[in-house]
Amino acid sequence: MKGHWGDTLQPALVQHVELTAIAVVIGFAIAFPLALLAHRYRPLEHPIGIFSALLYTIPSLALFQLLIPFTGLTRTTVEVALVSYTLVILFPNITAGLHSTPDEVLEAAQGMGLTRLQVLLRVELPLAVPAIVGGLRVAVVSTVAIATIAAFLLPDGLGYPIVLALKEPTPFKTEIYSAGVLAIAFAIACDLLLVTLRRFLVPWASKGVA
Amino acid sequence: MSAAAEIVFDHVTKQYVGRDSAALDDLSLEIPAGTFCVLVGPSGGGKTTALKMVNRLIPFDSGDIRIDGRSVRDLPLTELRRGIGYVIQQVGLFPHVTVGENIATVPRLLGWPKRQIAERTSELLELVGLEQEDAKRYPAQLSGGQRQRVGLARALAADPPLLLMDEPFGALDPITRFRLQTELRRLQHEVEKTVIFVTHDVDEAIRMGDRIAILREGGVLAQYDTPDAILAHPADNFVAQFIGEDRALRRLALKTLRDATLEPGSQSEPGSRVAPDTTVRNAVSLMLESGDEQLVVVDGDQVLGVFHLRDAGDLL
Repeated sequence: MKGHWGDTLQPALVQHVELTAIAVVIGFAIAFPLALLAHRYRPLEHPIGIFSALLYTIPSLALFQLLIPFTGLTRTTVEVALVSYTLVILFPNITAGLHSTPDEVLEAAQGMGLTRLQVLLRVELPLAVPAIVGGLRVAVVSTVAIATIAAFLLPDGLGYPIVLALKEPTPFKTEIYSAGVLAIAFAIACDLLLVTLRRFLVPWASKGVA
Repeated sequence: MSAAAEIVFDHVTKQYVGRDSAALDDLSLEIPAGTFCVLVGPSGGGKTTALKMVNRLIPFDSGDIRIDGRSVRDLPLTELRRGIGYVIQQVGLFPHVTVGENIATVPRLLGWPKRQIAERTSELLELVGLEQEDAKRYPAQLSGGQRQRVGLARALAADPPLLLMDEPFGALDPITRFRLQTELRRLQHEVEKTVIFVTHDVDEAIRMGDRIAILREGGVLAQYDTPDAILAHPADNFVAQFIGEDRALRRLALKTLRDATLEPGSQSEPGSRVAPDTTVRNAVSLMLESGDEQLVVVDGDQVLGVFHLRDAGDLL
């Protein structure tokens, strides 16, 4: 069992963490500026939203297949697909967060003489954090899930031990279960981490009303 | 303490596209420094519009608004607004920072040193009737009245010479509203700032204002004068209707028995005893209720005089 961990499961887990992290980081790096843009220029929000929703409707395996002629059977292919999916989740969430500032708060901020940038940095963004973290949670968990499918293309991530096991004439169930459990555990761990992060960043939410 | 600012509206007009009547129609008004000026009128009268033009939240089409002789168009926008306190009905406190941090907003923008900000925050909390501990609390933990007190403190933080208030007590229950009205008047006497206060409530206007500007629908100035003068001589039917048929009684509410001529009297005089600060209106009300025709005005044990019901009309 120990050898099993060192040979198969640990590297698979590490790969899975990499796959997820890269996808979420890049997805966020694209979604965030896009959301700022859509917040500033409202007419843009709809087109961007529709485009990313379209991406999401393409089933992951199919998306992988579409990309292979361009990016080959590499991790890049997988990452492109994963990033697209995180985009779909993060963009609307960040945008909604930015829009969520109450009108009277905006009016007061303007009336006090904050510049537009100051309103964004000191008021709108902090108030958007709960929505952003909410989006990140969903994005991370769904990326962990979809990344397991990557193993159908290449030996990468926690899906791989499962794929290998399934190829055996009599599939060895332990392989499947342990990889699966690890994936779930990883997803839960990320979720808990983000919830803790949110509690740290949003001190005003946990205070009750007088 | 900054000196108060003088505000002048000079033929200000604003017309919204596609509407028949103007939002503001050739409004001219002079508000001397240190005055508590109330803009009152029915909805559509343009009073909030006029207020928001002073800090340029709403642009005006023609005319000018000057603060201490300087056009509001001359100053850069943020500088103008940081020099004006702004209080709105829903308060608009930043929910994600503490009360103290809310109050410190403009001073921080202006780059005040930390110690000065802390001192000023402490001073303001006391001024608006809050506890020092409240500085660490979040807006969600406060009641409506407390939040508006913070809103007021926040507006006063950088000691601006002018305060703009848009129906600040409208969302509060009557008891809290009355209390805050009283406190605001006291405060304004202490700090002597110019205040432009918008309300649709005539009673509030009469209670609060040194001068009242009545704006009718279409943004036209119907009358601009002291509360007593408007009550005594309404400019036209609209004003008379707006202030109500009981304006004579309201005028009496503005005067106390100190203003009345009292007949000399002794301890043995019949009639209820009342304090000299009793309003004439309340005095009349008491007499009507009891059926007496006079009241004895006393200060502690000392009899100041006798007030007769028949003399009430002299005060009008």
